[in-house]
Amino acid sequence: MVLSRHQRLLRAFAAWAVVMLFVFPIYYWVTLSIKLEREIFSIPPKLFSFETSAKSYEEVFGISLGFEEGLAVLPGGGDFYMAPRLWDSVVIAVCSTALAIVIATLAAYALSRMRFRGQHHFVFWILSTRMMPPVAVAIPIFIIYKDIGFIDTYHGVILIHALMNMPLAVLLLKSFFDDIPKEIDEAALIDGASRFLIFRKLVLPMALGGIAATAVLCFIFSWTEFLFVLTLTQTGLKTVPVVSSTFVTSTGTAWGNMAALGTAAILPAFVFILLVQKNLVRGLTLGSVKQ
Amino acid sequence: MVTRALRAPRFMVSDHPLPWLLPLIVILVVFTLFPLFYNIYLSFHELAPRKRALVPVGLDNWEQLFADPRMWSAFYVTLFYTGVCLTIQLVLGMAIALLIDSDDPGFGFLRALLTLTLVIPPAITGMMFLLMQDAQFGLITWMLQSLGVLTQATPILATPSLALWGVILADVWQWTPFMVLIFVAGLRSLPRDPFESAMIDGASPWQVFRRLTLPMMGKVIAIAVLIRGIDLFRMFDYVFVMTSGGPGTSTYTLSLYAWQQTFSFVKWGYGATLSLFALIVILVAANLFVAVFKVRW
Repeated sequence: MVLSRHQRLLRAFAAWAVVMLFVFPIYYWVTLSIKLEREIFSIPPKLFSFETSAKSYEEVFGISLGFEEGLAVLPGGGDFYMAPRLWDSVVIAVCSTALAIVIATLAAYALSRMRFRGQHHFVFWILSTRMMPPVAVAIPIFIIYKDIGFIDTYHGVILIHALMNMPLAVLLLKSFFDDIPKEIDEAALIDGASRFLIFRKLVLPMALGGIAATAVLCFIFSWTEFLFVLTLTQTGLKTVPVVSSTFVTSTGTAWGNMAALGTAAILPAFVFILLVQKNLVRGLTLGSVKQ
Repeated sequence: MVTRALRAPRFMVSDHPLPWLLPLIVILVVFTLFPLFYNIYLSFHELAPRKRALVPVGLDNWEQLFADPRMWSAFYVTLFYTGVCLTIQLVLGMAIALLIDSDDPGFGFLRALLTLTLVIPPAITGMMFLLMQDAQFGLITWMLQSLGVLTQATPILATPSLALWGVILADVWQWTPFMVLIFVAGLRSLPRDPFESAMIDGASPWQVFRRLTLPMMGKVIAIAVLIRGIDLFRMFDYVFVMTSGGPGTSTYTLSLYAWQQTFSFVKWGYGATLSLFALIVILVAANLFVAVFKVRW
């Protein structure tokens, strides 16, 4: 539609206003992490001018940033020392992503390049695992993990997060492989190359961008996952989303510390998602809507 | 004979997909088929508190399920939550998508900003909205009071008639951009010609939207509704951190109820029955949707 200058200005104004409405809670949350505790609770809220303090971050990371005099932060001490929990989150997200990508790449290549009986049903089986309510998986897995000693372990959570990401990874990677012309494989097959050689030397390098985008999404979904970690861990390890719901203490909730941890946890995800803008929608729709 | 014996096994050089798919099949069987059958097994058993062992109880769990008013309440809350969120996000998502689908300077940046809500862990979103809806210090409560919508310091999440709407607000805030981004991608992939001819023919913007945009966006909308609908139906994080199902049973979803029965009240059998019920409902509904709207992957 052709809009007049006036209308275009109006549209830009409306678009900015709407988007700011969505960004505003994030801004508010970040300001909480650098506010003085008493200003967090001031009414009317202090949104733009407030005294800043790095105390929340110092407590969460167990470091002294040196902005305030005489503030002693015990390394490794304090109720809100969360650096190990961030490390748990990183280990779980990285390892489960790696595992999911390796398994899904192999499967997606086969689904994209080979034809077999019941393939349609097989793809549908993968898709239907995306429909299972996590709680329906968590209950049996919890009971089995209890018996085999997988509760509270990295490998237990990593396995379940890899599974959770499997439908996304397989279907998304299949759509990226489908974009690479089949003629390449066929020509190489005629020249006598084996399937695995073609996969490793020809197709894999061409699909690297798609694999990276898939990995980023798997990482984010593992990073933000709540129910499985809540159910399958006790005291040994916890990821950021689960631990942030434990900031409620007998003397009230430590909102500043929670906001600091939340901000620290959201930042890497922000950077990652901006890197995969181009393939984001394809990822969110499991490969079915292309940009 | 010797060369034959030395050759790699046939399946490794052949075009058979099995070796490629085997790791995937193993993990899917272990982590989806096994839980499914174990859930079915559990639904006919219950944990005996004294013996700390599973004892068979026949159909008791299933009879209890259909007679349990709290289950029906949770089922209704889940359906209501899914329906309301889906409707709001669909309408709002389409409106915002139409608004920001433009090549004017700055709009690419706006679309990038909208992706930010999607990477926040829902549990943290829940805590964020818990604070913002606090009766005394909450930003949203304060704004609603200033606007005169709320008369006094109302604890939104502790008022039975409002609590679910407080949770819906968090969901709408976090996931409307999901719809927007998918719809913008859909709008951008539409062919230009029909729109140009419609304009030449003097069609009104509403007619263009109703007769051209909507029908051509059908597939994209169906996929967005399917994926979002599945996630809404199994929603757990928000209610767990924001309300724990309360006040009363006003925000219990099926997932939360099943989780609490299993882990808070240690009724493994009944919890498994509830989660199995949720699983059956969602599989049937999703499959019907796929069949009716001919969604293809």
